[in-house]
Amino acid sequence: MKKSGFALIPVMLWLSLFLVVPMLIVVGISFMQRDTDGNLIYTFSLDAYKIFFDSLYLGIYWDTIVLSVATTVICLLLSYPLAYYIARSGPRRQTWGLALITIPFWINFLIRTYAWVLLLRTQGVVNSLFMNLGWISEPMQMLYTKGAVLLGMVYTFIPFMVLPIYVAIEQMDRRLLEAASDLGASPWRSFWHITLPQTKSGITTGAVLVYVSTTGMFVVTDILGGAKSSMISNIIQTQFLGARNWPFGAALSVIFVITSFILIALFNKAMTSRYETVKEGRV
Amino acid sequence: MIELVDVQKNFAGQMVVHPLNLTIKEGEFLTLLGPSGCGKTTILRMIAGFEQPTEGQIVLDGADLTALPPNRRDLNLVFQHYALFPHMTVEDNIAFGLKMKKLPQAEIKQRIEEAVAMTQLTPLVKRYPHQLSGGQQQRVAIARAIANKPKVLLLDEPLGALDLQLRKNLQSELKQLQRSLGITFVYVTHDQEEAMMLSDRIVIMNNGQVEQIGTPREIYATPATLFAATFVGENNIFSQDGRLFAVRPEKLKATRDTDAAKRTGVVQDVLYLGSIHKLVVQLDGEPMTVTIALDFTDERPWEIGEKLGVNWGSQDEVNIGA
Repeated sequence: MKKSGFALIPVMLWLSLFLVVPMLIVVGISFMQRDTDGNLIYTFSLDAYKIFFDSLYLGIYWDTIVLSVATTVICLLLSYPLAYYIARSGPRRQTWGLALITIPFWINFLIRTYAWVLLLRTQGVVNSLFMNLGWISEPMQMLYTKGAVLLGMVYTFIPFMVLPIYVAIEQMDRRLLEAASDLGASPWRSFWHITLPQTKSGITTGAVLVYVSTTGMFVVTDILGGAKSSMISNIIQTQFLGARNWPFGAALSVIFVITSFILIALFNKAMTSRYETVKEGRV
Repeated sequence: MIELVDVQKNFAGQMVVHPLNLTIKEGEFLTLLGPSGCGKTTILRMIAGFEQPTEGQIVLDGADLTALPPNRRDLNLVFQHYALFPHMTVEDNIAFGLKMKKLPQAEIKQRIEEAVAMTQLTPLVKRYPHQLSGGQQQRVAIARAIANKPKVLLLDEPLGALDLQLRKNLQSELKQLQRSLGITFVYVTHDQEEAMMLSDRIVIMNNGQVEQIGTPREIYATPATLFAATFVGENNIFSQDGRLFAVRPEKLKATRDTDAAKRTGVVQDVLYLGSIHKLVVQLDGEPMTVTIALDFTDERPWEIGEKLGVNWGSQDEVNIGA
């Protein structure tokens, strides 16, 4: 083993202790049974996976993927212009811009989410304002809808998208844009042919972070979505804590981890061109 | 061909390019020569369109370019650090400008072939920039620019990042290329030897001002200012009766007959440079050294510490002001 290999040992230990071992335990539990009190019975069984193919759970599974993808796409569309603006501003504005992106993290996440309840509920700020302005005659049902959940997810995870994209734009060699312009590219075509490909790494990182975080988030769905808009993560939480059906919770977890791996792998493949392949020496 | 009319550039209230009038002729190899920070790159960037002149106009073939963005100017720049697109192959880098111009596919293909043949890149077209050496990257930068068949090619210290041997090879390649293409080259460098070797005309700049414009021969033989006299080639500056003049080392003669000499001094160093050797002489009564270039016709070699006389013909004195 090379010297650099030894340096990786602590990381490997850390990963196996806190990631691989717990994951294996979850996989193990997913193949077990439980008794009526919720205790684990250590016999092999596929029951937990059979429950999943109930149409109720399949529907929630599909909803979760749709919501997570939608959150990722909306975050990307909002973040790119914002990150671009910050990265291309002067040093003072950059500092301010980044501070404003991170300041919400200083406030407890639950408080921020409940603030959305105050804004969105039937007698909430938005409805009162619109009614006073005469724009609507009856309050709109905004809270406890899928829209509210989507809004909350986008709001929560947008910094995870802005920051990696910001870094990628900031690190890009701007002389490439001068070269593109010199070769006759309009600003829009420079962006499309140079900036976008050059900042792909930021987009990939941000998208994976937002997607994975969204699939695992149950607080936002609990608070803003009510009972009607459960996600897989809510079901998993309920199975482990409320229903005490650990095997089923574990099976759902395993299914969702595999789904995420597949989707991320497909996404990475779509985002990788021949250039990246050559650069990483895979040819 | 290109005219710079009273072009001036200020940065933060400071004049970095003093008002400049310059006409660059068709097919000419013109070099802007000067130390770093002299404003030469700023002039090039103004011609390319990356900087806007504070005052004045830039005219190409009779059309005023001053207000046009770089992408609408019919000239191309070879960047100092090449600025190749890392995610594109050599071929795609060269095709970029042609695609932006929306040329037909067949023409793009043909122009790429011409450009890579001219720059000896044909076997490398499928490579990415990071798979090329510095010299090869430099060639791609040139190929990418000339494929557009610009009226003028601007080059910003294109050989600055390369080692000496490679630079020498590429210098002669560049000169050849310019001759065969017949397009105007505007070249920026701080290397006076490179400027002398390549240029039809040289613009010597210092502190944002033009010191002299002339052919390499004119600049070497009759420098107009003290800066021009000392920046290009080695020179010896004398002052006499309130007059300043320069005499090149090869025009100075060393003699053992100190009484008849114009100056006297002591040999401080003898430098052997192969084809010639040089004497560094500490003049008597003056706080300066002069350099004398000698061929090997002397009857006996000079020793360090030896007293000697320094002579020159008055026709070799070049007045460079008071």
